[in-house]
Amino acid sequence: MSRIAELFERLRDEGRTALIPFVTAGDPNPDVTVPLMHRMVAAGADLIELGVPFSDPIADGPVIQRATERALAAGVRLRDVLDMVRAFRAENSTTPVVLMGYLNPIEIMGAETFATEAAAAGVDGTLVVDVPPEEAADLAGLLRPQGLDLVYLLAPTSDAERIARIAGVASGFVYYVAVKGVTGAGNLDIDAVGGKLEEIRAQIPLPVGVGFGIKDGPSAARVAAVADAVIVGSAIVQRMEALMEQPARIPDAVADFLRALRQAIDAVDAGKEGA
Amino acid sequence: MATVADEMHEQHAAQAKQTGYHYPDANGHFGRYGGRFVPETLMHPLAELTEAYEHYLKDPAFLAELDNDLRDYVGRPSPLYHAERWSRELGGAQIFLKREDLNHTGAHKVNNTVGQALLAKRMGKTRIIAETGAGQHGVASATVAARMGLECVVYMGEVDVARQQANVYRMRLLGAEVVSVKSGSRTLKDALNEAMRDWVTNIDNTFYIIGTVAGPHPYPAMVRDFQAVIGRETRTQTLERAGRLPDVVMACVGGGSNAIGLFYPFIDDADVRMIGVEAGGEGLATGHHAAPLCAGTPGVLHGNRTYLMEDEDGQIVETHSISAGLDYPGVGPEHAWLKDTGRAEYVAVSDGEALAAFHGLTRTEGIIPALETSHALAYAAKLAPTMRRDQTIVINLSGRGDKDMDTVARLDGIVL
Repeated sequence: MSRIAELFERLRDEGRTALIPFVTAGDPNPDVTVPLMHRMVAAGADLIELGVPFSDPIADGPVIQRATERALAAGVRLRDVLDMVRAFRAENSTTPVVLMGYLNPIEIMGAETFATEAAAAGVDGTLVVDVPPEEAADLAGLLRPQGLDLVYLLAPTSDAERIARIAGVASGFVYYVAVKGVTGAGNLDIDAVGGKLEEIRAQIPLPVGVGFGIKDGPSAARVAAVADAVIVGSAIVQRMEALMEQPARIPDAVADFLRALRQAIDAVDAGKEGA
Repeated sequence: MATVADEMHEQHAAQAKQTGYHYPDANGHFGRYGGRFVPETLMHPLAELTEAYEHYLKDPAFLAELDNDLRDYVGRPSPLYHAERWSRELGGAQIFLKREDLNHTGAHKVNNTVGQALLAKRMGKTRIIAETGAGQHGVASATVAARMGLECVVYMGEVDVARQQANVYRMRLLGAEVVSVKSGSRTLKDALNEAMRDWVTNIDNTFYIIGTVAGPHPYPAMVRDFQAVIGRETRTQTLERAGRLPDVVMACVGGGSNAIGLFYPFIDDADVRMIGVEAGGEGLATGHHAAPLCAGTPGVLHGNRTYLMEDEDGQIVETHSISAGLDYPGVGPEHAWLKDTGRAEYVAVSDGEALAAFHGLTRTEGIIPALETSHALAYAAKLAPTMRRDQTIVINLSGRGDKDMDTVARLDGIVL
């Protein structure tokens, strides 16, 4: 069983919702990332999404675009991200790590090389934002034999036909993009999200994470009431950006924020148990 | 390792040489190129767009309206002009210029924006967005938006906004909002990124008019089909005039819409050579250029697989060209396919060669070409002397040079 499957099985038994933070690897410099990953786990992160910097991140809003630019300026490339995961794994063998990024760096490294090296480094899955299932055959054929999960996005625009298509290829968990927009967008409509999740669960047996537009404890709590995982990216990266000049303070600030999210989510989970 | 896709690519390449040309396939692939590499949110809107485009391209009422607009608003057909004096000076093949510079708004771009705006209206969209580099596609989009009463937002890199002030003003006069894009390299590719982000956010009411034959399926095929009027007219005009097809058709290639528009109706005419001319900038060896077909490698950007200017880590690199309209690190996927199959040839000329051709045509024919177009002219000036006097080259004169007055004057040390 994959680390991701194990995680969600355990959480289901415990009646808990996963907290999944996203940070861009190498933002604001490569030394920050691995210690930050450990601190996030200590503060309640169940799975870590690590952004792989790419020069043209079309699915990302301004906050993550700027993080990407900082990481690229610091010289961080896909190989460096794999090194970071390897370093993280030296001390943590349980928390799943998913790489989130765009196809081109993988394609230029060679998808086969990437699959082997990512698995060897201790990566558990990939979410390649610009590879929909229609274009995924080659990549999936190389990642799966290495035990890597392919996480897919679902969107408000995904109709029943598209959900069925994704059901056929996704593994680990699926990631529901709660708003029409880029990362960091506002206006989360929780009723609409709940309805869509029912539609998704009718076709996909995997856990469903919800992201885009979760900014604080209350919005995390609202999502925790309906989702299997709460995914938070831009709100974390924004806090990191504010401390760009004092990177030593970043781990504390992110840990404080995650603890607040964790509390809000735990309170909802406790309520579910009681119900 | 040879993947399944590699093997299919070889088979398709062999097949395309033997039988009629029918690309892309149902999923938008030209061999291994093209496709639809976008976030999930855009997949359904792209499917809807493909359905609408395939429907209306066979709808007599839509086609009649398009023909009317191309005739009365754009000013088609555009003339095919025999550049006799320039041909004589070069001393070889006879050169004909397909005068897309005489279209309304001064370039071929409007053929496509008229078509896509009609489609937007049929699909019930009230807002159009566009990306632009030099500003020609932005102006062509703002123009059709004004005419049809649609809201229009144009994304343009901050660097291009600074070097194309006149076109920025034209767009604003036409009622468009011009958004200066400050991310990445702040040029055309970043404007495209930003337009995609807008589209993801506003898909319910917004139609994205892509200006070139790049982007996710159906854009490369759709823009080609709207631009193919150039090649269809050229075919008819050369047959009427000379009783035979041209020996060479030639065009500059940035994203490649004017080139594919000219080439496409000649693809099955094996005797017609097709030559695309890329921006060689300061020379291919310097790395300062915008010639992905001549000096790039395949990769995935802006929704399709094609040749790109990228580094060994798969990051897209900054390009350089004297012409803002060619300053783009990718190229339409169909050109990538035509290159691999050998059906079309791709070459590059330098900034200096393009500038010399700009002056050459201006002085001998009284036609001031766009700097983009001047790249095709520069290669014609090399090729024509190697050909016989009874042979013909048709060049797509894709745009007029008025927008480039500041750039050329500055190179001559003059501030206007």
